[in-house]
Amino acid sequence: MSRFSRVSVAATSAMAALALAACSSSGGKQTEEGGGSAGGVDTPEMTVAFITHAEPGDTFWDQVRAGAEDAAKKNNVKLEYTANPEGAGQSNLVQQAVDKKVDGIAVTLAKPEAMKGNVEKAVGADIPVVALNAGMNEWKDMGALSFFGQDDELAGEAAGERLTEEKAGKTLCVIQEQGHVGLEARCKGVAKTFDKSEKIYVKGTDTANVQSTITAKLQQDKSITHVLTLGAPFALIAQKSVKEASSEAKVATFDLNDEALKQIKGGGIEWAVDQQPYVQGYQAVDSLWLRVNKGASVGGGEPSFTGPAFVDDKNVDLLLED
Amino acid sequence: MTAQTAAPEADDRVVAKGRAGLLFARPEVGALIGALAVMALFLAVAPSFRSLGNTGTILYEASAIGVMAVGVSLLMVGGEFDLSTGVAATASGICAALTAWNFGLNVWIGVLAALVFSLLVGAFNGWLLMRTGLPSFLVTLGTFFVLQGANLAVTRLVGGTVSTPTISDMDGYASAQQVFAWSVSVGPVTIKSLVVYWLVMVVVGSLVLQRTQIGNWIFAVGGDAAAARAVGVPVTRVKIGLFMTVGFCAWMLGMHLLFSYQVMQSGEGVGQEFIYIIAAVVGGCLLTGGYGSVVGAALGALIFGMTRMGINYAGWNVDWFFTFLGVMLLLATLVNLYVKKKADAR
Repeated sequence: MSRFSRVSVAATSAMAALALAACSSSGGKQTEEGGGSAGGVDTPEMTVAFITHAEPGDTFWDQVRAGAEDAAKKNNVKLEYTANPEGAGQSNLVQQAVDKKVDGIAVTLAKPEAMKGNVEKAVGADIPVVALNAGMNEWKDMGALSFFGQDDELAGEAAGERLTEEKAGKTLCVIQEQGHVGLEARCKGVAKTFDKSEKIYVKGTDTANVQSTITAKLQQDKSITHVLTLGAPFALIAQKSVKEASSEAKVATFDLNDEALKQIKGGGIEWAVDQQPYVQGYQAVDSLWLRVNKGASVGGGEPSFTGPAFVDDKNVDLLLED
Repeated sequence: MTAQTAAPEADDRVVAKGRAGLLFARPEVGALIGALAVMALFLAVAPSFRSLGNTGTILYEASAIGVMAVGVSLLMVGGEFDLSTGVAATASGICAALTAWNFGLNVWIGVLAALVFSLLVGAFNGWLLMRTGLPSFLVTLGTFFVLQGANLAVTRLVGGTVSTPTISDMDGYASAQQVFAWSVSVGPVTIKSLVVYWLVMVVVGSLVLQRTQIGNWIFAVGGDAAAARAVGVPVTRVKIGLFMTVGFCAWMLGMHLLFSYQVMQSGEGVGQEFIYIIAAVVGGCLLTGGYGSVVGAALGALIFGMTRMGINYAGWNVDWFFTFLGVMLLLATLVNLYVKKKADAR
């Protein structure tokens, strides 16, 4: 037995030594600690239900949620984030928020018809509701106080204008979710102000499929000069496709995440049309706090635009500061 | 546990089991225990779960699964599977909306067209299955893909976008809405129409399965189709009928979704089919067929609804939702298995 214990002691110390030696000198969680905490308010705690149509595990919605949570922390708000991509399911979440008698509801209206009944019910129950991200044409009729987001078609037009300015050739507009009204509107906007765009559909939840579809398209059509993706993760995949197809095409995208920012800085991605998701989440929660504590409303009955803003190598450093 | 005082020469297969034994031999007992456990858990941790007024929301969430689970559980007792159920409900709603809108007809004509369409899809599934002898898993997987694509393609072709055009300003819409999407307040509880239809379907389905010759046939074809055929059970007709029942359930759900939410989103319903199957399995239906119950599937749907809503009412982080659901399902099915073993051992 003693021999075994000696072996185990040796093994343990070897493991400890390995573990110490294995510490990375760069990156990792430790280097990311120490975010600045904002000053707080001393208003009584309120509960806000934050209800989106996010697919689980989407980087865009992480940013919306991060903005919402930061605003919640600052305003002494208890944030209850829920999401359901199916219209009926998301609508039911609003009903639940009413059941729970929350103090405020922030909701995305990607499927306005499905949401209408329960949002109106919430307004009827005197719960302040603000809309964000989607539903620019419908939020007001439902009785929501404010809207934070960008018009998808306008953002598409802005991207199209930029492509026209850059004298781009044939451009792929990559739609990652068949049957998504907002994504269709973006490509429609692009087509309005730029005449050489072509839509292709990929399955956003399946990375391998996204890459192989774009690769195949690039291999088949050598005249493509730009690939325009509608979400940051897809821009990163499109870069791989461009390499694989040994194409000369440049990649541009809608929306951002940290990795895409680095790529814009490094020149791997040309530019991004940003709708500032963090701002959407932050503003939604902040405006509810204003409503409950100060009786204020934001936007004066008009949508508050959080985009489109172009991010390219000229201004990317501003966003990379943190 | 019950002391059997049977005469020694009696055959043990026909010995009366006693009340407790009979109760525990029911397929839905495991689900009942599971449902009570889930209820107790959320009553303890979620204050909003305790308020009576929210019962309506929970029941509604359960009914959206339960309506489909009625047909799916009957089908599974009959020894078959249907993977096309989720998109079939969406397809039915789309069919009604587009038929009415495109040809400018009364909305009720669209509703009838959708019923015919859903029954035909079911009949086609059953017919192809019996004609080819392929497993139902494959046949309905094919149907699932076909419908998923058609939902999107046809909606865009006819309406120009990915959700169906608005039909709320057309003749017959108001009356159809009163039939498929009414809701009534009983004290603090709001009961939606789908909940009532679900309960009616559960009662009818259960009576048919337990008390009629057709019910016996369903058990027989699920247990052993060849033997059933040998004793004169019309196997082909029973199976096609079961798939058509599923089609009817899809129509019911599709109509409710269309008239409560006014438009159908063409991409929805994908992935729901497994939830219906799981509700049936939690309710005691065997994946191999020949055993199960409609009431059990209703309890399975209720467990699902309570879990979904309970996590939210408790204010837990939704990131964990599916993990929690998975654990819940495993526990429920293990309880099922345990109860069944106990019952068989008696």
